[in-house]
Order: sequence, then C-alpha cells, then structure tokens
Amino acid sequence: MNLEEYRGVWVFLEHKEGSIVPVSLELLGAGRALADKRGVPLAGLLIGDQVRPLAQTAIQYGADIVYVYDDPIFHDYRTESYMKAVIACCEKHKPEIFLYGATSTGKDLASAVATDLATGLTADTTMLDVDVDTGLLQASRPAFGGNIMATILCKKHRPQMATVRPKVMKALDPDQSRSGEIVEEHATMREEDLRTKVLKIVREAKNTIRIDEADVIVAGGKGLGSKEGFQLIHRFAETIGASVGASRDAVEAGWIDHPHQVGQTGVTVTPKIYFAIGISGAIQHLVGMQNAGLIIAINKDPHAAIFQHCHYGIVGDAFEIVPMLMEAFPKAVLGEVQYGGKV
Amino acid sequence: MLHIVACIKQVPDTKVIKMNPKTNTMDRSSAPAILNPYDAHAVEEAVRLKQRYGGSVSVLTMGPPPAVKAIRKCVEIGADEGYMISDRAFAGADTLATSYALTKALQKIEKIQPIDLIICGKMTIDGDTGQVGPGIARRLDIPPLTNVKKVVEVNKEKGYALIHRKLEDGYEVVQSSLPCLFSVEKEINEVPYAPLPNMLKAARYQPIIWSVDDLDDVDRTQLGLKGSPTIVAKVWPPEKPKGGEMLEGSPAEQVDRLMEVLLAKKELFRVKEVR
Ligand SMILES: Cc1cc2nc3c(=O)[nH]c(=O)nc-3n(C[C@H](O)[C@H](O)[C@@H](O)COP(=O)(O)OP(=O)(O)OC[C@H]3O[C@@H](n4cnc5c(N)ncnc54)[C@H](O)[C@@H]3O)c2cc1C
Ligand SMILES: Cc1cc2nc3c(=O)[nH]c(=O)nc-3n(C[C@H](O)[C@H](O)[C@H](O)COP(=O)(O)OP(=O)(O)OC[C@H]3O[C@@H](n4cnc5c(N)ncnc54)[C@H](O)[C@@H]3O)c2cc1C
Repeated sequence: MNLEEYRGVWVFLEHKEGSIVPVSLELLGAGRALADKRGVPLAGLLIGDQVRPLAQTAIQYGADIVYVYDDPIFHDYRTESYMKAVIACCEKHKPEIFLYGATSTGKDLASAVATDLATGLTADTTMLDVDVDTGLLQASRPAFGGNIMATILCKKHRPQMATVRPKVMKALDPDQSRSGEIVEEHATMREEDLRTKVLKIVREAKNTIRIDEADVIVAGGKGLGSKEGFQLIHRFAETIGASVGASRDAVEAGWIDHPHQVGQTGVTVTPKIYFAIGISGAIQHLVGMQNAGLIIAINKDPHAAIFQHCHYGIVGDAFEIVPMLMEAFPKAVLGEVQYGGKV
Repeated sequence: MLHIVACIKQVPDTKVIKMNPKTNTMDRSSAPAILNPYDAHAVEEAVRLKQRYGGSVSVLTMGPPPAVKAIRKCVEIGADEGYMISDRAFAGADTLATSYALTKALQKIEKIQPIDLIICGKMTIDGDTGQVGPGIARRLDIPPLTNVKKVVEVNKEKGYALIHRKLEDGYEVVQSSLPCLFSVEKEINEVPYAPLPNMLKAARYQPIIWSVDDLDDVDRTQLGLKGSPTIVAKVWPPEKPKGGEMLEGSPAEQVDRLMEVLLAKKELFRVKEVR
C-alpha cells in the first residue's frame, strides 16, 4: 500500500428526515481542523435518495467537496448497499482519514467498510489529532467501560478510520458564503443483488426524548429510593425547565425509561448544567456526563465519588435540599412577589 | 433444524476493575473474568430459537485457556457445543484480526455442521468496539444485522430471517436472507437462572480446542498483532476533574450559595411560576 497516494479528510454525512444529523456536522468541524493542519481538502460523503440539497449544507459547515450518491436504491440505510458505495468511492478518491459518527448507522457501516478495505477502525473516539508531517491520526477513546483512555494509531493502512461519539466535537457556525465542489457519483448495484430489505420503520415517541440536546439536565439515581421518590427529580426539572436524566440503577429499578439513562450504556450528554442527585458517580455514569459545563452534585455521602467530579457539591439529603431549591428558583428568577407557595 | 453459532468472549469485569494509581495501568488481577454480559444475551437468544425451531447451538470463543470457563457458562445457558481457538499467534488482535481468526474457525465448524445463523453480542465491555460481528459477516459475505432487539422469525425452508433492528428513535423491520449474522441488544431477552441439569452438564463440559495449526488455509500475516492495523499507542486514566467546591454551612446557606452560582446562568432556565 502506497500511503502517499491517499489524501484528504472525509466525513460520512448521515442524515435523517431531510437533515444532516448533528454528529456529522460536528465531524465536519473536527475534520476541518484536521484538514487545515494537514493542508488537504475536507470532503463529505453523502448517500441517500433525494439528498442532493444537503450537499450545500455540508459545504456551509466546512466541506470543500461533497461526493453524492443520490439513488432510490439508497432510500433506506442498508449495510450492503451503503457499504458498496463507500468502498467504491474510497477506492476511487483515496482519502487518508475517514470519520463516521458513532451512531448505530455509522458504527455498522464503518465496521463493514473497514473489513473490506482491510484497514484499522478506532471505535467511539472522543479526541482527534493529526501529525502534520506524517499524517498519522491520533484517535483517543475510552475503553474498559471508561476505566481507561487509549490512543489508537493506524500506521500502515489507509484510510485511517474512526467512529466519533456524538457531542464531543464542535460544529462550525454555518457560513452561507462558503463555496465548494459537488461531485456526482453513481451506484452500480441492482436491487436484486441485495439480500436485505427494510420492510418498515417505526418511530417510537418514547424514544424521541433527546436529553443529549438539553442545556440543563436534572439527573437522579438510586439514592431517590423509590419510584415515588424519583418524582422529586421530575418536579424539580419541571420547575426549572430542564430535561430528566438518570443513572442506570434508577433505570433498572424501573423508575424511569432507558432513553433517560446517562452513561456508557446510555446517552452521552454535554449540557451546560448537570445536576447529579443521589448518584454515586460510578465510572460508567461519569463517562456520559463528565463534559457538562457545570456539574452540581447533591449526595448524602460525603465520600461519594461524584464529589471528585463536580464543580459544586452539597452533602445532604436530596429530599431536603431539592425542595429548597425548588422554592428558591422561582423566587429568585421571577422575582419575590410572583412566588405563590410551597411545592 | 437450525445450527446457530454464538460468538462469545471472556472479559474482565469492568465494574470492579482497579487502576494502579502509581503505574497508571490496569490491575487485571483485581477483576474477575466473566462472560461478556452482551454475549449471554446472544447465547440465550440462540437457545430460544433452538427451542422454537429445533436444532442446536454452538458457541465459539477466541481467548486464552481460562476462557473455557466462559464456554461452560454458555453451556449453563443451554449451548450444546463449545469451540475455542487458543494460540499465541492470535494474541494482540484488533477487531480486523479477531474477525479473521473467528471466521477461519467458523469455516471449520461449517464443515462439521453447516451454519444457518451466527449471533454476536452488541459489544464487549472491555474493548467495547462492536466491530467484530460486522467484520465476521463481511468476511463470510453474509448480511450483518446489528442492533437486533427482536427476532420475529427465522425461516430456514424459505431461507430468510425477520428481525427488529433498534434505531436511535425507534426500530426498523428488516428481512434478510439466511445465513446471516445478528449482533443483539441487551433488551432482546432476559437470561434466567440456569436450570440444574445444564449446570451439571456445564461443570464437566470440555470444549473442542483448536490451535492455529488446526485451522485451514490460514494466512498468518492476518493474525494477532501482525494482522492488526490498529495499535494501542498509549493508555492513561481518564482525566479526573479536581474535586469541586464543597458548599458549606446549613442546608439553607448551601442552597443560597448555589443559587448565587446558578443565577449567573439565569438565561438557561425556563422557570415555571409555581403556585
Ligand atoms: C484499550 C483498548 C482499545 C482498543 N481499541 C480498539 C479500536 O479502537 N479498534 C480496534 O479495532 N480494536 C481495538 N482494540 C482491540 C479490540 O478491543 C479487541 O482486542 C478485539 O479482539 C475485539 O474487539 P472488542 O472486544 O471490542 O469486541 P466487540 O467488537 O465489541 O465484540 C462484539 C461481539 O463480537 C464477539 N467477539 C468479540 N471478541 C470475540 C472473541 N475473542 N471470541 C469470540 N467472539 C468475540 C462477541 O459476540 C462480542 O459480543 C482495543 C483494545 C484495547 C485494550
Ligand atoms: C457494562 C456496564 C455499563 C454500565 N453503564 C452505565 C450507564 O450507562 N449509566 C450509569 O449510570 N451506570 C452504568 N452502569 C452502572 C454503574 O456501574 C453504577 O452501578 C450506577 O451508575 C450506580 O447508580 P447510582 O449512582 O444511581 O446508584 P448507587 O451507586 O446506589 O448510588 C446512590 C447514591 O445515592 C446517595 N443517596 C442515598 N440516599 C440519598 C438521599 N436521600 N439524598 C442524597 N443522596 C442519597 C448514596 O450516598 C449513593 O451515593 C454500568 C455498569 C456496567 C458494568
């Protein structure tokens, strides 16, 4: 493999219901920085059915080039069809770095593509850098359930591929005046050759809670004691207009549904403010919330690990402290007189 | 009659793992080795399909000799046969090299008894990449179906499987030809306590163990560290923010102090008037 032949940074542009998903925009931001450092172009790869208009969006968010496969065969995401397009495009244009969102689609696609291209794939990356001269991608990721961080290199194979966790990179502000090149690519596969079919897509309202997009999260854990106790979290969140998060133990106890779970096997969140209430601060929980702007912990155990990972800590009983906050907030924010009574 | 192979891995229990604060390394001896929890669901699903359609369940692992224990755990769950590939040549494998070695083993199992379905866990709790399942599927050129949360039907006569694949905001119903590979979500089933006869069988079960020489047509350059394009260049403990400010005083004083901090970010809140 002649590594010199490979040039440019690529981002797989995942889309849903007519928009590019946030993580792909974040990757365009991260990819832009890598491409600039290397002095190479940043490209987006867009695959779908009637997705052409999205190429312009990708350019506004930082892409120099967008390769577009627009064909009814790509109406639904299927590993087989998307993978073939990605592989063909890589073989034709030879990128040196290729990033995918660590979403169910991105991970599925990247794993299949890496096998066929016989190249390395770093999973769930949270930090990216590149060596200016060698072009070696330094992709760092949590492993062992978040107990360690590891930097992974792929020295002898190209493209260097990584899936990147949503919400850890920053999208650029869109620039309407940016221009770029849109390159049409064509699929050569036929429907008869594909062995999978998506018969139906069911969107579940229950799962549409997007705590990963919230500015303020009030999260509760096992310390709330019971389903009834957990209501305190809902009431507090409602009072201050926040979203509700939870530890896995609270989810497993059946107090709240899984889409609210923060952590390694739940959602990674980066709110501006995170309240951890009755949560001990297990590593698997911390990996999901440690990048919050301001972390406030309330726990009755002064030795709880969460206090090592917060900005402000209160040692106390949630059932005493939280109602006091619920009382103080409206008073302070809306003004003394508008406050009418105790909750 | 279906022949289902579940791929399973023995992993350190990351919940109890300790880090050596001096060397910044992981103290592996501190963590008991367990069957990767996601793989227990893979085996359980295979056993349920066996009960539904008839057939047999094999499990396959690549790992060091003590991984026999993980195979026994699968026999407790209801697996009929266990295969293990174990050799220094496999050591240091990343997901590309792991999927290569497992594929070679699967091809050998296929000769003993043709395989209709392969089931993997969603991911492991140590490497947690989730890349091995799709890798195997590509190498065998069978459809990979990741994030499977429900198996609706496996129809060997008509040669298809029908599953629900979990999406971020719901699920999709996918039909695939057989053979294919599933990687399954935890919510696909619950693994009950093992029935006593299975436990007795498991206690004395000896899996079939192959070394690299037992596999056919192996390209050794694709195995282990040599066959791994990725290398782990550095490991370090995740950064711990220095403990925050612990608020002091009576609860009321603490709340007052916190309110000062929070009011500086007043614009983030949409406070409801409470009456
Ligand atoms: C700190 C660290 C970071 C790493 N990061 C990467 C990385 O980013 N990219 C990379 O390619 N490799 C990486 N590796 C190597 C990789 O984790 C494993 O070594 C590889 O053998 C299996 O990957 P996994 O554990 O992530 O399995 P996953 O892909 O998460 O496992 C999915 C499923 O595949 C099956 N399976 C996995 N392993 C086996 C096995 N040995 N035997 C039988 N079935 C199995 C199981 O059904 C399992 O549920 C890393 C290793 C370490 C120590
Ligand atoms: C593979 C794996 C994946 C995992 N993934 C996740 C994940 O995604 N997310 C996650 O959260 N966990 C995850 N876990 C579980 C994790 O290890 C912990 O078990 C879990 O986070 C603990 O939840 P908790 O803090 O609510 O409960 P506990 O650890 O029981 O803590 C409860 C806390 O509440 C405090 N408390 C009790 N009463 C009160 C009171 N009245 N007022 C104030 N404080 C009180 C206690 O002092 C204690 O600190 C995972 C584990 C594994 C092995």
